[in-house]
Amino acid sequence: MSDRFTLVDAERAVEVPARVAGDRVRLDAAALKDTLGWEVHDGLLCSDAMCVPVADAAALVDEAGVDLEVFARTLDRALAVDVPERAAFLGGSARERAQALASQHAPDFTLPDLEGRPHALSQYRGSKILLVAWASW
Amino acid sequence: MWQVLYEELKGRGFVIIAVALDKSADDARPWIEAARPTYPALIDTGHVLADLYNVVNVPTIFWIDERGRIVRPNDVAFGADTFKSITGLSAAPHRDALRAWVRGEAPALSAEEVRRLQPLPTEADQQARAEFGLGQWLWTQGRVAAAERHFARGGELAPHDFTIRRGTMPMLGVDSMGPQFREMRQAWAAAGHPYYRPLPDTASGSAR
Repeated sequence: MSDRFTLVDAERAVEVPARVAGDRVRLDAAALKDTLGWEVHDGLLCSDAMCVPVADAAALVDEAGVDLEVFARTLDRALAVDVPERAAFLGGSARERAQALASQHAPDFTLPDLEGRPHALSQYRGSKILLVAWASW
Repeated sequence: MWQVLYEELKGRGFVIIAVALDKSADDARPWIEAARPTYPALIDTGHVLADLYNVVNVPTIFWIDERGRIVRPNDVAFGADTFKSITGLSAAPHRDALRAWVRGEAPALSAEEVRRLQPLPTEADQQARAEFGLGQWLWTQGRVAAAERHFARGGELAPHDFTIRRGTMPMLGVDSMGPQFREMRQAWAAAGHPYYRPLPDTASGSAR
């Protein structure tokens, strides 16, 4: 494989060997398994945590590798790609996010304070919480 | 801006969690150090909160109850009236409602009201956030021209998302309170859209 592509998933950036032809990006299947943990077998796309059914296995994976767009679509993830920059970002699924908010459960997150100490929303379970999103801009 | 209210209510099983959607901790630092909050003040350079909670502008506030349920979704409230002349929003209605809820004097919104008022993200919203995410990563790599393309695409996909349209200005060296922002806001208003979208009861000052 001639190229390296950076995939950013949940703020984690991994580099995967890729074959780029026009707008089409195919990722090295073994490297995808080693970095993000996804592999295709028996009509399923699987990680340690879950498997999702693959609608069109031939479109997802061939001898050139795993098609990036079909990979994101199979996972129902938003995907932003910059082929010249050799970089892509796997975003959150609209369906998943909407279902989570419709359930009225406050989604958990962990973020650092100014000193870099992580704080999880779930640490404050049992209190009433005012969650404020703000910015200096 | 919220510290006074926090001091008043913190003994009643209440906490504030403030999350800054800024490009770096150093952008948020002077504000946090001036406010001297004793509640958690967190930094969110990747807009994780915007992604999970469908936040499209700041400030956006949520009430979350003891069981971890959202009992007031995506509302607009300020901790003080510092910017009232610019925003047109008074801090008092929300503050009074929050105080009554924390003290147990008044209920929050019902599950039915929360369901009705909770904005849900569309495919375009999430695509815009992915464009932001890619742009933000490119920006951290010093690839600013490429980052700008993705921020612009995100803004086109979700023109109501000012965490992208305005929030990326500092990464591009644009004054987020300057002429480019004022032009953006005026065009948005001229198209009939409000810049701030408080929930109806907060906006009318009758929040319970």
